[in-house]
Amino acid sequence: MASPVIQVHDLRKIYMVGEREAGVLAAVRSLVRRRTRAIRAVDGITFHVDAGEIVGFLGPNGAGKTTTLKMLAGLLHPTEGDARVLGFRPWERDREYLRRMTLVMGQRNQLIWDIPVVDSFELNRAIYNIPPEAYRQTVEELVALLELGPLLHKPVRNLSLGERMKCEIAASLLHRPRVLFLDEPTIGLDVTMQRRIRGFVAEYNRRTGATVLLTSHYMADVEALCRRVIVIHHGVLLFDGALEALVERFSPFKLITVELADLPARDLSAYGQVVRQDEGTVTLRVPKAITPEVTGRLLADLEVLDLTVQDPPIEEVIEQVFAQPEETTLATGNGELRPELL
Amino acid sequence: MTAILTPFQNLCAIYRGFFRTSLAVQFQYRVAMLIWLLGGIMEPLVYLVVWTTVAQQQGGAVGGFTVQEFAAYYIGAMLVNHAVFTWIMWEYDYRIRSGEFSATLLRPIHPIHRDIAENLAYKVLTLAVMLPAALLLAWIFQPRWAPQPWALALFPLALVLAFFTRFFLDWSLAMAAFWTTRINAINQAYFVVLIFFAGRVAPLDLFPEAVQRLALVLPFRWMLAFPVELILGRLTLAEALGGMVAQLIWIGLGLILARTIYRAGIRRYAAFGA
Repeated sequence: MASPVIQVHDLRKIYMVGEREAGVLAAVRSLVRRRTRAIRAVDGITFHVDAGEIVGFLGPNGAGKTTTLKMLAGLLHPTEGDARVLGFRPWERDREYLRRMTLVMGQRNQLIWDIPVVDSFELNRAIYNIPPEAYRQTVEELVALLELGPLLHKPVRNLSLGERMKCEIAASLLHRPRVLFLDEPTIGLDVTMQRRIRGFVAEYNRRTGATVLLTSHYMADVEALCRRVIVIHHGVLLFDGALEALVERFSPFKLITVELADLPARDLSAYGQVVRQDEGTVTLRVPKAITPEVTGRLLADLEVLDLTVQDPPIEEVIEQVFAQPEETTLATGNGELRPELL
Repeated sequence: MTAILTPFQNLCAIYRGFFRTSLAVQFQYRVAMLIWLLGGIMEPLVYLVVWTTVAQQQGGAVGGFTVQEFAAYYIGAMLVNHAVFTWIMWEYDYRIRSGEFSATLLRPIHPIHRDIAENLAYKVLTLAVMLPAALLLAWIFQPRWAPQPWALALFPLALVLAFFTRFFLDWSLAMAAFWTTRINAINQAYFVVLIFFAGRVAPLDLFPEAVQRLALVLPFRWMLAFPVELILGRLTLAEALGGMVAQLIWIGLGLILARTIYRAGIRRYAAFGA
């Protein structure tokens, strides 16, 4: 593969936001002198994504994920920096670029509210100039994968959130984009529907070799789909690498679960922090460095039926990452940037 | 099997698509539409009643307009206004504030095409009410009009040009929504000037000479009064052709303006919401 599909270099977006306090007086004052404040939504991020990769884009609310996706989809002009997707500069909004990518946003609508889903599909067919044969084939595939059959002829306003989301995703993919930006594609959906959409994204990626950059609050999405994650926080890149490496890097703890022969009475807090205790099974949180030692002691001291050592759940790790104050994250962020991109 | 369309065929297909979906959407709101239409019919009707009353009291004519000519003017103005009016600034105010515009921007087509197609769809659909209303008014007020054959021939073109004269300017103004969330005041000011200089309140012939001369250099006359005067047979051929040149000039300026403001606008677009 020659050059990466997505190349982002030192991208920045600074919003100037008008500020004023509540009240009439403040409103009048703001007429005379407008106070603005700079919000550094994205503050110099650099990364690249190769063809066919599915990359998870993680960060707490307001980290700059959506702003980044909007810049890459050509909706926003960056304040500084550069990006290329499929060789195009997104915000120049070249038609050929727009034809080859899609952005799916949780609530944004491709679909027209008052008319049947299939009519919106037909409109997209015309807009993207999809040949009839290819259109029929794609719709058939999407209908099968997402089980849209019964929904196609219903007006959009009569669909449930999950049904609508499935149709939105289908509408966004009719033109078979090479690059997908998915912003919270499973938000507000029940577990079954989340799983189905996840499976669908994986399948689409497998079938078409499309490149996917997705954000999600549901770690299950990320775990199921992304081998690689990019973490941003306060607009800067904090981590870029394999999902396991993220856990490795940011979680200083391991979880040791022991099943004991002699029932509960024992207090194991001497070995580590007790996270959970039930029916003879105890889970301890232990600093990574002393995990082997604690494991040894447990096996020596107690009558252990079973013992497992695990990484903490990814949610917990992410939470810890985001709980760090800004300075620390900035410092870590710089340390983690891949040198070849700088 | 994969018939690749030429860019023009593709654009036509897109227009058909927009047109069809807009028709389907607007049909859902037929009651609301009927109420808006009533406004579009009542306004000229009020002017018509006032001016015919004035004319009758002045012995049958005001400023060269007889009662029957007033009737023709206002019925003509009602129909032409129906063809050329837009509501695009309200649309953009909403679309940009709500972030709905993002979905439009993602598409590989300039947003103005959707706007034109939607406008036309509404016009075609509502013609079903406007035409009978015009016929009813004609039956009541007995208009008199005597267009020359060449005026009848030129009218369709003048009407299309009037549509675009207004559309590109209104569309440019709608782009103000990228800069301010208080678009209402701007719109109100624009409409006041428009209805006055477009000849919607009264035929421009009734205004003082200075106003008439000003109307010639402003775009508004070419949006409404000009095609109405043409179809009523009140213009010479030279005036008609000159008017169409004026329309073309304003269309050109409007296009440049729309393009420039749009480009600057999307640079500022903040894609609010989701």
